[in-house]
Amino acid sequence: MRRAAFVAGAVLTALLLLSALLSLAWTPWPPEQIDMARRLAPPSLAHWLGCDQLGRDVFSRLMAGARSAWLVGVVAVGIGLIAGTALGLLAAARRGWVEALVLRGADLGYAFPALLLAILLAAALGPGMSVAMAAIGLHAVPSFARLVNGSAKSWWARDFVLAARVAGQGRLSITRRHVLPQLLPLLVVQGTTSFALAILAEAGLSYLGLGTQPPQASWGRLLAEAQTLMFEAPQLALAPGVAITLAVLGLNLLGDGLRDRLDPKEQAR
Amino acid sequence: MSAPLLELRDLHVRLTAPGGARLHALRGLDLTLARGESLALIGESGSGKTLTALAVMGLLPEGAEVSGRVALEERDLLALDDDAWCAVRGRRVAMVFQEPLTALNPLQRVLAQVMEPIRIHRLAPDRDSARQRAMALLARVGLDERQARAYPHQLSGGQRQRALIAMALAGEPDLLIADEPTTALDARLRVQVLDLLRELVAERGMALLLISHDLALTARRVDRLLILYGGRAMEEGRAAELLQHPRHPYTQALWAARPRLGAGRDQPLHPLKGNVPSLKQLGAGCPFAPRCPLATARCAAEPPPFHRQLACWEVSP
Amino acid sequence: MSAAPLLQVQELGQHYGGRSVLRDISFTLPAGESLGVIGESGAGKSTLARLLMALERPHRGSVRWSGEDVHAMPARARRALRPQVQMVFQDPYGSLDPRWRVGRSVIEPLAALPMTGAERQTRLAEVLAAVGLEADAALRFPHQFSGGQRQRLAIARALSTRPRLIVADEPLSALDVSVQAQILALLRELQRREGISLVVVSHDLPAIEVLCDHALVLRGGEAVEQGPAARVLGEPHHPYTQDLLAALA
Repeated sequence: MRRAAFVAGAVLTALLLLSALLSLAWTPWPPEQIDMARRLAPPSLAHWLGCDQLGRDVFSRLMAGARSAWLVGVVAVGIGLIAGTALGLLAAARRGWVEALVLRGADLGYAFPALLLAILLAAALGPGMSVAMAAIGLHAVPSFARLVNGSAKSWWARDFVLAARVAGQGRLSITRRHVLPQLLPLLVVQGTTSFALAILAEAGLSYLGLGTQPPQASWGRLLAEAQTLMFEAPQLALAPGVAITLAVLGLNLLGDGLRDRLDPKEQAR
Repeated sequence: MSAPLLELRDLHVRLTAPGGARLHALRGLDLTLARGESLALIGESGSGKTLTALAVMGLLPEGAEVSGRVALEERDLLALDDDAWCAVRGRRVAMVFQEPLTALNPLQRVLAQVMEPIRIHRLAPDRDSARQRAMALLARVGLDERQARAYPHQLSGGQRQRALIAMALAGEPDLLIADEPTTALDARLRVQVLDLLRELVAERGMALLLISHDLALTARRVDRLLILYGGRAMEEGRAAELLQHPRHPYTQALWAARPRLGAGRDQPLHPLKGNVPSLKQLGAGCPFAPRCPLATARCAAEPPPFHRQLACWEVSP
Repeated sequence: MSAAPLLQVQELGQHYGGRSVLRDISFTLPAGESLGVIGESGAGKSTLARLLMALERPHRGSVRWSGEDVHAMPARARRALRPQVQMVFQDPYGSLDPRWRVGRSVIEPLAALPMTGAERQTRLAEVLAAVGLEADAALRFPHQFSGGQRQRLAIARALSTRPRLIVADEPLSALDVSVQAQILALLRELQRREGISLVVVSHDLPAIEVLCDHALVLRGGEAVEQGPAARVLGEPHHPYTQDLLAALA
């Protein structure tokens, strides 16, 4: 059962990645090609999911949206994970005022409304995908920092870390060789969860006009554009909605599966 | 001291390991306990001693298979359903656990926790009399009013353990099971708690089943001993007898393995070779065979029957 | 070979958040001799062990290894001395990194010494043999061993640097009874064969008698009695010590 879930997650995530990569080279139709004659065309052999209100092929736009999802996800989670983990590890290793500073900083960052952050960044950089990446990424830093700090602290208290200190290992060495590896399962799960959240957040920001701008396709944009046509052509909202759901589901299942596999008790079998 | 209060006959417990393997954790245990008697089940990890206690309390984990007879005053406990168990637990059989900090509710005052079994089993007509009974019990175990009104974390380890004992006694059970009740305590407190248990059991005509890994500590403070290893009984007898003349090689080894205070720095040590087997490692035959100085091929192939209080091919009972 | 005693502790004291956990501890341990620190939980034994290992900075007093004050020197100098003073922890389940193969854990203390990889592997085989484990044990993970075996691994790790002093914090209490005697015998043999000094922190009085020349009884952070182990355990002066011994009768 668990294995099936892991495989399902891996497959869904792979599909997501493949569509994103493939869309760079080929899509059934150019995602931005407008054809008013095909306006709101229902699904057919030529257009697998039909066309939107400007006659653009929905399936192709979905594939292009996968690209945006990946890009934003990777960059945003990358920012959050790398910066947040580094801060969390630093705080756990040094304790004292360093830890206090990091944690209070995280509290502030957490409290700062994500939306306001996005608006400020949009004002500074002009709305676009980079705003989404920066806003989501920065907002993820405090969560990673707090999570990593909490977990790392409990590992620092363990006897085998004391043994490493007795063995003469320095703080950096211990962090790198003993503490960080213990955090991998946590980071994998948190990373995939954050990725999923990033996709959702990007959809939200695009919907509000702060993220990817037309004519660029992102699933959030597609949802936003489909909103006014909910009753006439519900499939326009359904398609990106299902895509988001499957992507998030796939990432979560993959994360759970990876975490289980990283357990050393599995390794030894 | 007539008909046995507790009778275990050919008790088997099989567990399912996380990977799915079936483990035969307890293999054919026989045990009787009369009112007013105290018996210590001695064993190391994997011996089955805690499972025995859990079987008698009906607290075995999900997926555990039990067979054999577990009877409390002739009543078959294994046939009980959940509702029937609720009437038995606390009222007929009660248990004192190993780690008082986790066995007590941190959010409730000690007095309230001792009152709970009294109320549940309707041993007092109203709240006030229940409170009085609880206070009296706590006083009997050596806790005063201030301590009774405290929260568990405000008490010391020894006080918490006493509170647990009071809770166990609140239901006026016939049988008290104490699972390693002194492990979390310091040496002096251990003796006090064991002596307290003995006194209470004698006062109330209860029976005491004590689970322990510490032969030396318990041997002088109970009537009888039953030694378990790898899920089987090895030897049984009156404590005084067993101390002076242990017959089973395992019992002898347990005794010999402990250094003696006063025997000096250079006293010879007699460690037992090998490791305590995990449940997966048990083969056919006597579980002690791999480490036994008297083991023969027969011992490794065929488990000796428990006969006249001894399970050994090489020692005559 | 310096003439200073191996371990010297003077007026050692420690506070945690305003609360005093250790007060005015002083003793001297000559090379080749062993000390037992007796006490119940909460008496300050583990704090003392950590202070002796320089894992914590004391509030008052000093700890000297072969005459040198460990806290009066820069961290680098202290690290250079660590190979001489090693530790065995109470919980055999927690003292080995669960993600590392045990061979890697056992030679971790050697990282501070200038040795080649081949020399380290040789030393690994030596210490595994010294504690009665097979060489191929090095490739397995901690969860594949029993508690007694893990404790042997912990001792092997402590031996790897040929230390002069090993501090053992309750080395037996987490083990099964039939296995405790094995580890006790192993420790005594290592004392005799290698001349290693031990500081054994424990509440197990017979074990202390077997391993130690000197004994110090801790209660509530204070040393209520100390002296030759045979005397402290045979004819205790302090009522607390007498109580502890009476509980064993």
